[in-house]
Amino acid sequence: MKIAVLVKEVPDAAVTKRIDPSTGRMDRGGEKNLNPYDTHAIEAAMQVKEGGVVEVDEVVAVTMGPETAVRALHKAVSLGADRSVHLTDPALTGSDVAATGYALAQVLKAESPDLVLLGQQSDDGECYTIGAVVAEHLGMPSLTQVIAMEVSAEGLKCERQAEYGYDTVQVDFPAVISVGDAINEPRYPSRKAIMGAKKKPLDTKATGDVGIEADKVGEAGSKVVCGDYKAPPQKAGGEIIEDEDTNETVEKIVNWLDERKLI
Amino acid sequence: MAGILTFALHYEGQINKNSQGAVSEAAKLSQELGTECHAVVVGEGISDDAAASLGAYGATKVFRVNAPEGLAQPVVDAMGHLFESNGYDYALFGGGLLGFEVGAGLAARLNAGVTMEVTQINVADGKLTAERPILGDSSISTSTYKDRGIIIGRLNAFEIKESGGGAAEVVDVDVTLSEHAQKAKMVQRGEQRGADVNIEDAKVLVAGGRGLGKAEGFELCTELADALGGAVAATRAVVDAGWYPYAAQIGQTGKTVAPKLYLAAGISGAIQHKVGMQNSENIVAINKDANAPIFEFSDLGIVGDLNKILPKLTEAVKAKKGA
Amino acid sequence: MSRNGHSAPSDFPPPVDSVDEFVKRELDAEDERIEVGVAIVGGGTAGLATANRLLQLLGDDPELMEQLGEVPVAVIEKAKTCGGHNLSGAVMRPGPLQELYPDMTREQWREQGFAFGEVTKEAVYLTPTAKRSIRIPVPPPFKNHGNEVVSVAALNRYQQAQAEEGGAYILTETAASQLLVSDGRVVGVRSGDKGRGKDGEPLGNFEPGTDITAKATVLAEGCWGHLTGAAIREFNLGEGREPQVWELGVKEVWKVTKPLDRLIHTMGPWPLKINPKYGQVGGTWIYPMKNEKGEDLVSIGFVVELDYADATTSVHDLLQLFKTHPLVREILEGGERIAWGAKALPGGGYFSMPKLTMPGALLVGDSAGMVDTLALKGVHHCIKAGILAAEQIYATLKAGGTDLSGYEDAVEESSIGKELYEVRNARQPLQKGLMLGAPISGLAQITKGKLPPGRLSWHRNDDKEVFVGDTHESYPKPDGKYTFDKLSSVFITGNATRDDAPNHIRVQKRVPREVAETWKWMCPAGVYEIPDDAPETGDVDVIVNYTNCVQCGAITAKGGRLTTPEGGDGPLYQIT
Repeated sequence: MKIAVLVKEVPDAAVTKRIDPSTGRMDRGGEKNLNPYDTHAIEAAMQVKEGGVVEVDEVVAVTMGPETAVRALHKAVSLGADRSVHLTDPALTGSDVAATGYALAQVLKAESPDLVLLGQQSDDGECYTIGAVVAEHLGMPSLTQVIAMEVSAEGLKCERQAEYGYDTVQVDFPAVISVGDAINEPRYPSRKAIMGAKKKPLDTKATGDVGIEADKVGEAGSKVVCGDYKAPPQKAGGEIIEDEDTNETVEKIVNWLDERKLI
Repeated sequence: MAGILTFALHYEGQINKNSQGAVSEAAKLSQELGTECHAVVVGEGISDDAAASLGAYGATKVFRVNAPEGLAQPVVDAMGHLFESNGYDYALFGGGLLGFEVGAGLAARLNAGVTMEVTQINVADGKLTAERPILGDSSISTSTYKDRGIIIGRLNAFEIKESGGGAAEVVDVDVTLSEHAQKAKMVQRGEQRGADVNIEDAKVLVAGGRGLGKAEGFELCTELADALGGAVAATRAVVDAGWYPYAAQIGQTGKTVAPKLYLAAGISGAIQHKVGMQNSENIVAINKDANAPIFEFSDLGIVGDLNKILPKLTEAVKAKKGA
Repeated sequence: MSRNGHSAPSDFPPPVDSVDEFVKRELDAEDERIEVGVAIVGGGTAGLATANRLLQLLGDDPELMEQLGEVPVAVIEKAKTCGGHNLSGAVMRPGPLQELYPDMTREQWREQGFAFGEVTKEAVYLTPTAKRSIRIPVPPPFKNHGNEVVSVAALNRYQQAQAEEGGAYILTETAASQLLVSDGRVVGVRSGDKGRGKDGEPLGNFEPGTDITAKATVLAEGCWGHLTGAAIREFNLGEGREPQVWELGVKEVWKVTKPLDRLIHTMGPWPLKINPKYGQVGGTWIYPMKNEKGEDLVSIGFVVELDYADATTSVHDLLQLFKTHPLVREILEGGERIAWGAKALPGGGYFSMPKLTMPGALLVGDSAGMVDTLALKGVHHCIKAGILAAEQIYATLKAGGTDLSGYEDAVEESSIGKELYEVRNARQPLQKGLMLGAPISGLAQITKGKLPPGRLSWHRNDDKEVFVGDTHESYPKPDGKYTFDKLSSVFITGNATRDDAPNHIRVQKRVPREVAETWKWMCPAGVYEIPDDAPETGDVDVIVNYTNCVQCGAITAKGGRLTTPEGGDGPLYQIT
């Protein structure tokens, strides 16, 4: 069985993000890290590999991004992936989520994985959905928000959080599973693994190498245009009550809540 | 025919509230655009009443598709089919997990543009544009669509509005499911796990901070939360101190929530906490320090002793509810 | 045990024994160790300069490079990236950086984003009151014509990229928690554990540290050198020297509406108190920075010696107060704060520098106290020290030897030794207070160090008795737009430490009120708090919110000890 893990390099979560005034796009010039949700995906892949229920031949980390994205791949490899694939091409800049999913699916088609794992969300795109796009292009069943996964020879028994509670879903291989952070506790890479990461095989691919049609990606290929950034409506401080007569104060609060149908 | 197709999530005979909101929104928008608003329900054994009820919110037609419920890909098949046969311009989803999954898959199927976490939709030049917060809610970006658009709302973004329409026309549609849509099977849907209350889903949260003074202070919060029908949350400081479990922690290093009501007791409102709850619809704060930062962004602030206020408030709420 | 009814923080030493805890004498089994050629602890200016220079030399000497094995040079850095924990003013003397990168022009420094222009205009002001400022002729230490305004956080990132290109392995998010000593010789360092819980217990994903052995070890840990402290005690490197003393700097970077046309330093006395009983000595800087996007930025900071006696002295709040002066409002009004940070620096100067070499290792940069706090200059010394260290190590390894002690003389005879020697007695007099000390300090400057004769001594910062005074009464209430509180400042450093990480701060948890107040006010990140119901006098409990810690190091000067937190924790400075 081959497991592919989709990873992404994203701006550090704690660093305040800004829109670059010169490009109108998010200023991605700051610190970048492997998307924390993806570390859970890699850990899930490792647990399947080490679990012994199915035989996993290799775990491949795949990313789409500029040159610096190799760092995400190094991290993925230091956490246990056997090799990695870097899809990078100026033609891909400005791809929206649908175009990105299409591009990644093309890379995955060449790999023919039995299981695709990825973190369900990233801090910069905040889209929560790329797994569904990838699955559609690959013709595979997909599930997101997965917080528990039991693997057997035929498929996966997954638990995921949904609107009405927890769903248990049985999924056949090959499948695309987007995991949430509750699924596991990622391991820390050992120093040796970190230092050995650069030596593991890393293939670099451009759009032409995997049959990505140029008019389906990049800014031109994206069907949605984002722009016109503005500040969110300022929330003005509201009413303040100084409590003197607590009975009176409480009455005011209850009325306030009632007016807003909160009781 | 242009128009907007809305997805309505069905569960145990009821239509999900966020879906009702989405239909209300679609009805409003389609009126502005001069087109129609239709809805689609996917599931097994959906009653005529449940389906037709969407007419009250403005849907003129509701398509009912018999297919496995609670999974995204059958809905993609259903909506994809309807888009091809009826030529809609937009698909609209209310907030919630399934909407994201379906919307994204549909965007891939239809080669359309998609926007998630939308908080507002506007009409400009006969087209829809969608606004969504980005960068941790620090900025708002506006999406425009080159062709068809898939708009997925943020939780509770769209107001439910009954437009006075009667029962909608229910049309049963046969959809052949794609191969991959049949590869996922629901084994059990909607299992409630009592012990771990998911504070992210709660509509009302009563959160306690250092101002409670001691771990026992959380009893006051629990009683008020029970009276209001909500859950209890906590700040990092008190979780560190061992007064309340980490699963209820809200803030930069805890969970992010956006309930209808967030009542903060004894919480100063430092930014590390604020970023976890600033999008709550209604923020009520009780703190004895008039200078606490939380009063700068609360909707209702009470400067006073929470030990005096909380018990009385709990009683008053119970009385109001009982009345 | 208190004198005059007041306590000094040193009466309550932190529960830590450096040699016992941070020196490891038994190495792990060979297959569990990582062997590198040269291990450099600290990816700051000095550490990376060492790496840069060493790799330049090895680049021309493939034979020796080969001998050093798979990992010829390893840099161990506890932040997420080099520069992430680094902060300085800074106005740098250009010489050493030009020496390190001879093919780079200063214009190229700016293109790389770590330099912001040559100083052509400067001014020094006195601020006698909250409203007035008097321009005075620029005293010699503050003459900066020809120097370059830089950001060390940005510079280190550039240095990191150069080091990696040269073949170094940069192990970020890695703390060096113990010194490996075998047969009286430093043979490497041990990296810190990851995945421990609040009480130190191993969690599910616990990953123990690794012994990293090296032929030569460089300690470039910066101001509060964790292993440096252990090394100084183990090898008696402080013998016959003055104790080290420290200063705390709190800095902000602002995007401004109009460019600042000059480099500014102010020498108070406002907002510091002149009365020597407060023990407050310090000054500020305001530096113009124009970045490569063409944005006008300003770096502003306040540095105060940690020798003060008023427990309510808070450098962060003093900076906020300083900003309310019309001189500063004129510059910052209408702008936006884009960065904040805090870091301690060693202020002892020449006589406080420890012995710089020990068997198997040597010290560079702030770790070794190579800072001229009179002129606020240390960045160029860090780079020079790195160059000298690299050259010494190269020479020693080339000769197949082990003796690094030649570095000691090299530093003494270099610009580092010469410049620091000149101001060797210039700061000590200020420990008696500004009014009493300034004339003697001035004398030292004018005579270029010939007077006063001999060696003036320092007393330790934590030996100073503290009292709860009234400095705090003038601090402005933060408005969140122009003045800021500590927590929102910590927030923009990108600090998001794991909530269940173990506590890396060692302090006694129950101390007299005035000592607790000292820590509470001193800490720029709001780590130390006193419970609301604690008594006004007598002993109180101290709450330690260690996850706020930005690792400035001030606590080490005033009765506590900062030890290495888990690698990857702490701030992520970008432009400080």
